[in-house]
Amino acid sequence: MLLTVQAMNTSIDTGGVLARHQAALNDGRFLIQRCGGCSRAVYFPRALCPHCGHGDLAWEVPKGTGTVYAVTTVRRKPEAGGDCNVSLIDLDEGVRLMSRVEGLPSTDVRIGQRVKARVMQQGGQGIVVFDLLGGDGEGA
Amino acid sequence: MSGDLKSLRGSAAIAGVATFGCGEAPGYTDMELLANAARAAVADAGLTMQDIDGLCTASGGATMWPMPVVEYLGIRPTFIDGTMIGGSSFIAHLLPAMRALQSGQCNAVLVCYGSVQRTATFGRREVVASRRFLDPQPYEMPYEPMLPLSAYALAASRHMHQYGTTRRQLAEVAVAARQWAQRNPEAFMRDPLTIDEVLNARMVSDPLTVRDSCLVTDGAGAYVLVRADRARDLPKTPVYVLGNGTAVWNRQISSMHDLTVTAARDSGQAAFAMAGLKPKDIDVLQLYDAFTINVLLFLEDLGFCAKGEGGAFVENGAIAPGGRLPVNTNGGGLSCVHPGMYGIFAVIEAVRQLRGEGGERQVAGVKTALAHGNGGTLSSQSTAVLGLAEAL
Repeated sequence: MLLTVQAMNTSIDTGGVLARHQAALNDGRFLIQRCGGCSRAVYFPRALCPHCGHGDLAWEVPKGTGTVYAVTTVRRKPEAGGDCNVSLIDLDEGVRLMSRVEGLPSTDVRIGQRVKARVMQQGGQGIVVFDLLGGDGEGA
Repeated sequence: MSGDLKSLRGSAAIAGVATFGCGEAPGYTDMELLANAARAAVADAGLTMQDIDGLCTASGGATMWPMPVVEYLGIRPTFIDGTMIGGSSFIAHLLPAMRALQSGQCNAVLVCYGSVQRTATFGRREVVASRRFLDPQPYEMPYEPMLPLSAYALAASRHMHQYGTTRRQLAEVAVAARQWAQRNPEAFMRDPLTIDEVLNARMVSDPLTVRDSCLVTDGAGAYVLVRADRARDLPKTPVYVLGNGTAVWNRQISSMHDLTVTAARDSGQAAFAMAGLKPKDIDVLQLYDAFTINVLLFLEDLGFCAKGEGGAFVENGAIAPGGRLPVNTNGGGLSCVHPGMYGIFAVIEAVRQLRGEGGERQVAGVKTALAHGNGGTLSSQSTAVLGLAEAL
């Protein structure tokens, strides 16, 4: 029922910022924005800078590294998909996003753990998820 | 603080309040509950529905809700405010209504809300599905947070990490609410509740259990606001609006700058500045407790304790009956009533305490009260400072 970007057949070069961001994800690339006015990183993508109101926002490939800022485990019955991690991640560029940390039980995800972004396809669209950085994940 | 806002301090008073259908009201519609509460609040004010020429209302479903309410009640309001910022709306309606009364745009404002969220045949599953379509959050929904609960869980996780707040301290909030509810015949859940029962309750979204979470009930509430001079001629003790402030910083939890600091810091500051009062001057608090973490955050952000000290503040029954600060004396959203949006019930309980109508739960000597509303996922905040004539 949702009008997905894919359904609109949008490329990175057409449409609004949401469509362009999603098209890049569908293509396996995670992009954030950088404001031409105040030079601050911006996420989620917007048509204007939420810090200074400038309209000149450039796409940027983030380093992909970040830190778990907050975490919860959504408890669900197995038939509803089972327990699910939901985390807020602070990218090193200084922006935050909702995502999940994969590769370990959700209840082992801790605030402060260092993580790295990975684009995966889910339900026909690209999304950003995170993996622990450096084995035990207690780095930095 | 502009002189204009200061001049509005105490210019209007709540003359009538009512609730209807709190708990379970099978077979009713949202509008039927609202209309029954509205009629009772107008009668409580000593007025008739024909006296109502101002309307503030909001709905979790209908985007043009003031229109069907006008139609149903048979009124012709010259002032309408349908501002919808979630559960805090019915507190945020105060200041615009005061301006409208003061300017002469209208003479009697009805603020009202009703919902059959618990017993409605149109289930929450459908509501969630339709909201996904009408009000998308494309940067959060792919990760399947259980909203709104998971957003508050994230805030709780951060507060625990940053300040050492414990689940036991969160549980104190739920137990205090239940102890108040046991003194309120209108409250939905009145069985005894212990800290251990909260800790061992079903986990929904860590660290919040089902007992850290508000009820899902039916219910309606309404209040009537008139100019202060007129309120003095009406039957019930006037409850003056001394201050009101509203603040929104974000909508999504992922866009919240600091999960341990809410916009209540701004709304509270504005309301206290307008009222010319400080937290220590407040006798009783009604804080929107959608989840236990809310109460800690609002006690801190409204200035009742320092940032990070909310957990320690509520320990040992400090906000329960007999504690040092009475909070959520009706049992709150956690144990009394929570039909989708709770804000109006915080105002109504504050008024009842100020009037001395609290029965077994009445706090002695209440002259000032604070009602604080929250909306969305810690997104909107509105604070009202209310008082008796002695506080003017």
